[in-house]
Amino acid sequence: MRLELHKIHITGLAFADKTYTSGGTLFINKDEAEALIAEDKRFAKVKLDLACPGESTRIIPVKDVIEPRVKIGKNFYFPGFFAPMEKAGEGGTLVLDGAAVVTCGPIVAFQEGFIDMSGPGAPYTPFSQTRNVVLYVEPADNLEKHLYEAALREAGLKLAVYLAKCCAENEWKADEVQVFEKGNSFEETQKYPDLPKIVYVCMNITQGLLHDTYLYANDLKPALPTLLHPNEVLDGAMVSGNCVSACDKNTTWHHLHNPIVQALYARHGKEINFMGMIPTQESTVMDGKLRAAAMNLSIAQQLGADGAIISEEGYGNPDTDLCLNARFFENAGIKSVLVSDESSGTDGASQSLADATPELDAFISTGNVNEMIEVPAMEKVIGCKEAISLLSGGAEESLRSDGSMFVELQSVIASTAEIGFNKLGCEWI
Amino acid sequence: MTYRIVHYINQFYAGIGGEEKADHKPELREGFVGPGMQIEKLFNGEGKVVGTVICGDGYYGEHTDQARTECLEMIKGLQPDILFAGPAFNAGRYGFACGDIAATVGEELNIPTVTAMYPENPGVELYSKKTFIAITSDSARGMAKAIPTMVGIGTKLLKGDKMGPARLEGYIHRGIRKSFFHEKSGAERAVEMLLAKLKGESFRTEYEMPVFNKIPPAAPVKDLKTATIALVSSGGIVPKGNPDHIRVSSAESFGSYDISELKNMTPENYESIHGGYDREWANVDPDVVLPLDVMRELEAEGVIGKIHPIFYTTTGTGTAVANSEKFGQEIGEELKKAGVDAAILTST
Repeated sequence: MRLELHKIHITGLAFADKTYTSGGTLFINKDEAEALIAEDKRFAKVKLDLACPGESTRIIPVKDVIEPRVKIGKNFYFPGFFAPMEKAGEGGTLVLDGAAVVTCGPIVAFQEGFIDMSGPGAPYTPFSQTRNVVLYVEPADNLEKHLYEAALREAGLKLAVYLAKCCAENEWKADEVQVFEKGNSFEETQKYPDLPKIVYVCMNITQGLLHDTYLYANDLKPALPTLLHPNEVLDGAMVSGNCVSACDKNTTWHHLHNPIVQALYARHGKEINFMGMIPTQESTVMDGKLRAAAMNLSIAQQLGADGAIISEEGYGNPDTDLCLNARFFENAGIKSVLVSDESSGTDGASQSLADATPELDAFISTGNVNEMIEVPAMEKVIGCKEAISLLSGGAEESLRSDGSMFVELQSVIASTAEIGFNKLGCEWI
Repeated sequence: MTYRIVHYINQFYAGIGGEEKADHKPELREGFVGPGMQIEKLFNGEGKVVGTVICGDGYYGEHTDQARTECLEMIKGLQPDILFAGPAFNAGRYGFACGDIAATVGEELNIPTVTAMYPENPGVELYSKKTFIAITSDSARGMAKAIPTMVGIGTKLLKGDKMGPARLEGYIHRGIRKSFFHEKSGAERAVEMLLAKLKGESFRTEYEMPVFNKIPPAAPVKDLKTATIALVSSGGIVPKGNPDHIRVSSAESFGSYDISELKNMTPENYESIHGGYDREWANVDPDVVLPLDVMRELEAEGVIGKIHPIFYTTTGTGTAVANSEKFGQEIGEELKKAGVDAAILTST
């Protein structure tokens, strides 16, 4: 399977009378884009804004981040959402690399976060480095929460596809083409009989309407663990639909960029034989946790896996899923490394996980979600700065009268992303 | 500026004598004595050992209060910017003395203190959270390595420079987790760790598994019909408006509320403020999290004796285990005092 990401490097954003790219700038027809989103009667208000790296801008509360993309020659993306239901991962994809759609609006639940485009909060999130097209919406009166979540999720995807589609319809030229190519498991194993076979188990929070992840537009909660070719992951098969704590939610942007998939891919055929990704569940009930862990193992065993990387999403009860996966894999002789963040309290003195197992002897830390950070006021706020009092990691006293905030790291979007995107990690002091 | 350094050592390193001189009483000498010379040298003119306090290990151990007071007075009189103590290597009594005087000086004079020990020195367990203990080998053969580590840590503390992770700075950690930016992403580190693990090479886990306290369950209730049952929840059910400002996540407090007059939880009187689950249905009917309605039915039917008039509540999302333990102990204590026989704990 061969996937080509044709990337246009976006280094600037501007509103204009049509939507296209030129010289690295993404020009956006604001009225047209807003009208497109406002077609959805679930919104009372739609407003587009721009935020670029280095600006004194805070975006709050942020629900999801999406990279603008379309399939070349087809002009659609995200199968089942804004593309017909078809297999992802093959052919050419146009990517507005460096640009991102950020969805923002009155909070859906408690677990959205913020992005600072500069200052001490900026290094914690990758989205201080992207050129952000911020979609701010207000829901129609009395719109039920789950409908609002769906509306906002779909609006972000729709805007991302619109931006890339308009660019594809005008003149464009890729600055870079990135190729991902790998045959099926049998072919690759014949080619590399001596390389260790590795699977990646991507745990997803799947716990109810506001804590869900979508695979081919299908809610993963009532689904079962399955196997994906890595190209499918990197080409829009997975979409975030969740409001789990902001710091460790895998946004749709993260799924598209899945850094563990990319790191394993980079070593495929050299040091390892990368067999694929197992997207799996984090259930709310024990039998669900046991079922997912057992089936993850079964898939890995049928592929003859020698090793596995397993990443968590969220914290708390999913720590039990993490431990079960570690125990099952290690006891079956499959060497595993687990990636998770830590909840060690605001003082860092508490134990970090809600569960533990001795088999989990290879742990990668992505930071302490409870760690306190101080961020100054920003000249511009997109959204609603008071929302911090309702977000996980914030409190009534977080926002000071001068506009500065003293908050837990968990209120910063993707600051402790357990998919391993960031460089942050805990150490003992 | 030249930092004023005070150094604490035992009778052996002062050249007074070995075990036979272990009862040597606290003594102050001007300038450096023994290993202090190397400390001052490494400060490169930026610091001067203004005095060395010497005390026999036996004296400090057997007359701790007195030794501590005397040494503290001597050190205080020198108006130091920093105290170095030891290194004590694996000498148990010396480690205790170094740790104790370092902790005391840090607390009383509010200046940085640095000592040095072998990780198995009993002084480590007692004082690692109260001072910086540089890691040394088990004997004085490690002196050449120990002093530069101590001075490195001390210099950072004096200048207010950012202190790195314990394993890189060379001190024994104080049980605190702190986030740092690594050179490589989590994904890269994970793949490298997996490759090392597959090859059977050594690797360093970034978090060693904690050991949980196992709490033995209480004895079963003898007679439910006469039992008082309490309701306790981490599901974030609070009186509407959250009067005690319990946090939506990472709770640092719990609430207790009177439900003696209440038959049922309704959206008019109670709500969920929990920041970790979809609260839509809990806010339509809070009984789904705190089952007061069915408990009242069981009470009316005589299945249980009665419901305890007070219920306890907090939010269990992102809440530190240390806080959870504290809440549990305090709630348990109150329930015990009130003569409650059993509690139903609901989580979400």
